[in-house]
Amino acid sequence: MSLLKIQNLKVNINGKEILKGLNLEVNPGEIHAIMGPNGSGKSTLAGVLAGKEDYEVVEGTIEFEGKNIFEMSPEDRAREGLFLAFQYPIEIPGVSNASFMKTAVNEIRKYRNLEPLDAMDFLKIMREKAKLVEMDQAFLNRSVNDGFSGGEKKRNEIFQLAMLEPKLAILDETDSGLDIDALKIVSYGVNKVRNKDNAFIVITHYQRLLNYIIPDFVHVLFDGKLVVSGGKELAFDLEEKGYDWIKKQYNGVLV
Amino acid sequence: MQKEQINIVDELTQSDYKYGFVTDIEHDLAPKGLNEDTIRFISAKKHEPEFMLEWRLKAFRFWQQMKEPKWANVKFPPIDYQDAYYYAAPKQAANKPKSLDEIDPEIRRTFEKLGIPLTEQQRLAGIAVDAVMDSVSVATTFKEKLSELGIIFCSMSEAIREHPDLVKKYIGSVVPYTDNYFAALNSAVFSDGSFCYIPKGVRCPLELSTYFRINASETGQFERTLIIADEGSYVSYLEGCTAPIRDENQLHAAVVELIAHKNAEIKYSTVQNWYPGDKEGKGGIYNFVTKRGICEGDNSKISWTQVETGSAITWKYPSCILKGDNSIGEFYSVALTNNYQQADTGTKMIHLGKNTKSRIVSKGISAGKSQNSYRGLVNISKKADNSRNYSQCDSLLLGDKCGAHTFPYIEVKNKTATVEHEATTSKISEDILFYCNQRGISTEDAIGLIVNGFSREVLNQLPMEFAVEAQRLLAVSLEGSVG
Repeated sequence: MSLLKIQNLKVNINGKEILKGLNLEVNPGEIHAIMGPNGSGKSTLAGVLAGKEDYEVVEGTIEFEGKNIFEMSPEDRAREGLFLAFQYPIEIPGVSNASFMKTAVNEIRKYRNLEPLDAMDFLKIMREKAKLVEMDQAFLNRSVNDGFSGGEKKRNEIFQLAMLEPKLAILDETDSGLDIDALKIVSYGVNKVRNKDNAFIVITHYQRLLNYIIPDFVHVLFDGKLVVSGGKELAFDLEEKGYDWIKKQYNGVLV
Repeated sequence: MQKEQINIVDELTQSDYKYGFVTDIEHDLAPKGLNEDTIRFISAKKHEPEFMLEWRLKAFRFWQQMKEPKWANVKFPPIDYQDAYYYAAPKQAANKPKSLDEIDPEIRRTFEKLGIPLTEQQRLAGIAVDAVMDSVSVATTFKEKLSELGIIFCSMSEAIREHPDLVKKYIGSVVPYTDNYFAALNSAVFSDGSFCYIPKGVRCPLELSTYFRINASETGQFERTLIIADEGSYVSYLEGCTAPIRDENQLHAAVVELIAHKNAEIKYSTVQNWYPGDKEGKGGIYNFVTKRGICEGDNSKISWTQVETGSAITWKYPSCILKGDNSIGEFYSVALTNNYQQADTGTKMIHLGKNTKSRIVSKGISAGKSQNSYRGLVNISKKADNSRNYSQCDSLLLGDKCGAHTFPYIEVKNKTATVEHEATTSKISEDILFYCNQRGISTEDAIGLIVNGFSREVLNQLPMEFAVEAQRLLAVSLEGSVG
């Protein structure tokens, strides 16, 4: 059974067609990169998977570990093991990273019939994971993303990923707004966390991130569909030839 | 004591007002209505000395000439002051019990339901309890322990009988009966309350607390509390209220007076969850309270901390008169309104002495169709050299049918004063809630987390045991406010 199976997904926003029959299958242990020009629907895909309300699913199915994802609320999808690293992480003033994570971790544990972590155990794990993504311990007591730089926010997303140990993580343009050092740290964190049981969908505009997070599959999202798929070399091709090449090849042609 | 990180309580209780029950015991009721005979009846029932009756009568006559104030940002139907009982005492008032065994078992059961076990375990927990049932104190615990230190902590009724000189000296000194309509009414018909006197240099070792309960239908609760901290002393006082569900609105017009002498400190904390009315705005308590403290002596300090989630209407301004030089006044407040509740609350800091400081942190949370107003006065008088004030009023709105209002008044008559005022208004946005959802946190829990974070600075001021109850209260009060 695949971890994620998307079949013929068609999604509109305010009546406008964005995804026009997307197909994708992701198995445990795999990293899939989805690249595409602006406006191709990359963030729409991420939003639909996470359960954001602004989208109108017109047709198609999404199965997460064989379960119909549309029957699950966003929090249940998270508790089942789906994680979205936001392109624009949200600030929550007054709520510390520590208490935010403790609440999330224990909610997920409760869902999975596990005992909640007590303060001591939780603190220990939190410190470990902060170290893993090279996040200063001082950040743990700060309010979630409040006053964080762009890079710090992205790293906080990866920290949360490390804490919640999802089965499927979607990184929505995690590299946007990052300098090379921040990029390396974020990638390092992802690589530390990946294993044969989890999977990643890395949504990105640029090939550069994929130098550090090496994908197993690369797909190109164009005009609402994944028009071409390949191995990691496809990313290099794109870098060289640009999206115009794709547009020329696939404009109006059904794949 | 190291404060652990305050985390949101996991389990949410049901939405039914969990303190809504009535004790079925006989009451000794004054006839309905309010006239001089009622006053005499009350005073006689309490075996009060002459001076007290005289004072009550003066207040009553003054009240009769006053008009109910209408300037607050709250709406309510006219109150019929004749349509209520002004005295209701549980039957055993005649003979004060000498030990806990003598208390009417029904009453004791009520106290246990409210979480006030009058047992040795309570003593070990370090809290002295002066439990007030309707209009008469039922028991005062730990009197002996406190009296070893010379601390007087008893019901107001008892203080009037046993310590008349102290009462006579201080009652009405901070809130005279001429102060306002409800203070005049209270002065005339006050039923009971707490009296506390801390002698010179004594640091009260226990958190003093009081529980109130409005029981008999249509009996207004008019409690009167007086706390005096003599030179160099310290006391921390907790006030927590619960009330049963009633259809008729019940008026709660209390008066609290605090006096801090030189180098003394009074910390007064309140967690209030009076019945707020049902989801349609029917019923609920009217909480019209006058609370005021005077920093009488140099270097004295008074701080008010309140978490107000109950009452249909909350109308109160715990205030500080900073008379002594270098005195400090503080006001920390979280006021939450939901459904159809209304609140007009805040504080007054009156700077009279030199080098006086005041700090105001007000957090208003509005949900449902409620209206929440902050009203604050910072008054720096001519002679108050080098005064400082810092005020922060933050409003949090849940949904788009509620209101948050701010009425800050700043009156400065001295050029050396420093006055700072900050205010923020925010909403809990869809984006924040979705972010929390995506981390596995339900929307209700997310709101709880956010409200907790929003109120943190105020909750941190509460004594530990109250802080936990307060957090729970905030979460429970917001149930059903989502969407």
